[in-house]
Amino acid sequence: MASKVIHALYNDDDLLLQAVKQIREGRYHIGEIYTPFPVHGLDKAMGLATTRIAIASFMYGIVGLGVAVAMMNFIMIEDWPQDIGGKPSFSYIQNMPAFVPIMFELTVFFAAHLMVITFYMRSKLWPFKKAENPDLRTTDDMFLVEIDASHHDVNDLTNFLYDTGAAEINLIEK
Amino acid sequence: MIVGAIGLIYGFIAAPETVEEVKEMMASHGEHGEEATDHAEKVNVEQLPGGNNAALHTDEENHTNSDSMNTEANQTATASDSTETETNHDASASEEDTTATATHAQGNMAHEDHEEGAAAVHGEDHDGGEAHGAEAEHGDEHYEHILQQLQNKPWAALYVAAFFFFMISLGVMAFYAVQYAAQAGWSPVLFRVMEAITAYLLPGGLIVFLLLVLSGLQLNHLFIWMDPDIVAHDEIIQNKTAFLNVPFFLIRAAIYLGGWCFFRYLMVKNSRKLDNADVDDLYYFKKNFKLAAGFLVFFIVTESMMSWDWIMSLDPHWFSTLFGWFVFASLFVSGITTIAIISIYLKSRGYLEFVNDSHIHDLAKFMFGMSIFWTYLWFSQFMLIWYSNIPEEVVYFIQRIEDYQLPFFGMLATNFLLPVLLLMNSDYKRVNWFVIMTGLILLFGHYINIYVLVMPATVGESWFIGIPEISALLFFTGLFVFIVFSALTKAPLLVSRNPFIEESKHYHY
Repeated sequence: MASKVIHALYNDDDLLLQAVKQIREGRYHIGEIYTPFPVHGLDKAMGLATTRIAIASFMYGIVGLGVAVAMMNFIMIEDWPQDIGGKPSFSYIQNMPAFVPIMFELTVFFAAHLMVITFYMRSKLWPFKKAENPDLRTTDDMFLVEIDASHHDVNDLTNFLYDTGAAEINLIEK
Repeated sequence: MIVGAIGLIYGFIAAPETVEEVKEMMASHGEHGEEATDHAEKVNVEQLPGGNNAALHTDEENHTNSDSMNTEANQTATASDSTETETNHDASASEEDTTATATHAQGNMAHEDHEEGAAAVHGEDHDGGEAHGAEAEHGDEHYEHILQQLQNKPWAALYVAAFFFFMISLGVMAFYAVQYAAQAGWSPVLFRVMEAITAYLLPGGLIVFLLLVLSGLQLNHLFIWMDPDIVAHDEIIQNKTAFLNVPFFLIRAAIYLGGWCFFRYLMVKNSRKLDNADVDDLYYFKKNFKLAAGFLVFFIVTESMMSWDWIMSLDPHWFSTLFGWFVFASLFVSGITTIAIISIYLKSRGYLEFVNDSHIHDLAKFMFGMSIFWTYLWFSQFMLIWYSNIPEEVVYFIQRIEDYQLPFFGMLATNFLLPVLLLMNSDYKRVNWFVIMTGLILLFGHYINIYVLVMPATVGESWFIGIPEISALLFFTGLFVFIVFSALTKAPLLVSRNPFIEESKHYHY
């Protein structure tokens, strides 16, 4: 079944936000929006679920902390106890203050890097990936809203979008 | 003992009075607010003299308490020989313990430290062997030493509580100045709350100053470098007398306090005048902006010196270069927490309807961030000294770890772990009762922080949170809340004509 989508282009972010609200009120389904820069409040206007990356980040941090503790315990205490400045070298807990910077750094390191990797995976980005951008002008100054037109009358939808202030409306058959 | 108990009971009686006062005050404020504002002001003016008298009365009572407790400690000391020997035994036993477990050098250092605190004429000159051999003679000295510590205890308790509440007010003043200097758009709705909290700056400062003067008059032994007998036998302190002498110390304290109160007076006056200014007349706003910048420069220098003078000099042999920052972190986070708690309280009573969850969210973010900042400084100071293990520096922490283990490490839980875990979630920062609970934990933790900064040098190992501590804390809580809430009634709770006030009202995160 051939699906039809309509690409409505806007040339202002405030106009876009208004339009997105109207489109959703009109019970049309927005597939995706392409913008040249992050538009504040767009996620809420689109009704996207809030991000869970904070929870993921917290868990990554815990993992990093655990790795740091296990690593320093193995390196400095179990495998080859190192005597630095006469500090107790056979007990992790007594030597703990010396390891706090490492524990802190690895917590941050794991949280930050794994968070970025998670973000790439969730947004399906990887090296040499071809851009999915439907219209090059969205990298410059245009905002593109992709609307599913399969179950709607195209003329009605076009008029509706025109009323929301779209600068250009294209029908795409996939 | 009996007389001591009576003194303690006195303290006990004094304390609930202040608490009731607080409750009464809050209740009366709640009632007044529901009436028209001008009416509330009237009633408060009537109420003020009586309330003030009550506060002063309890103040005196408290003072006499601590005085009487001093003499009582003396009496009990001379009264019962049996307890004397008992305490002696305990003390020497614990002393042996420490010398046994610690390395020789450390034991020696600990000894020195004790002697300093005790104002005993025992100098630095004894070596390890002498220290051990003199264990028997130490009997009397230890006894005297513990007596001194116990004599110091009510003073130190009073000092800790007085400084703690003064510090809150100073932290709020710094935060207020930061808001002006940064021309922050979110915070003007909270300005009146901040101004009210800084109203405690003058009375709180005067109380602290009074305590310092009393120390300078040798009425207590909080600051051992003020005692000429000790200085005569202590070369290290002798080298510091150019800076650490009583007149210069008090002059400095007067300069700090005078400067802070003067800036506070001018800024609040301008803020009130701005309320009645014409539209688009930003004269007072600009003036306050400049004053805020000036205050911050003055503050960061004087605050640092204040922390050396009023806290670090309790341990005159020890020094740390980031001490000023450490105290600053503590006072800043306590101040912000107090703003949050009072704002939420007033909001729950329906006075600050223009304060929304986003403002509370921002305050909670500050609490979160500043708690981490405090921990960073605490750890930086601790780890460097722990790692390098230089005797003259490390005694400071050895004493705290051996004698104050629970508060010293418990502090990390209340000031770092709990706030960080509780306030990490963005949504929790908007849940008002959650912020209050975390704030109370934080304030308690920072009281303990000041306690651990002051007590080891003044009371040594004979510390416990007893009646003097609790009653001093309750007394100053009462005084603080009384002054802050009566200051709140003296001006409209919302500043007007501030150029950012509309932005602040509609602030949304």
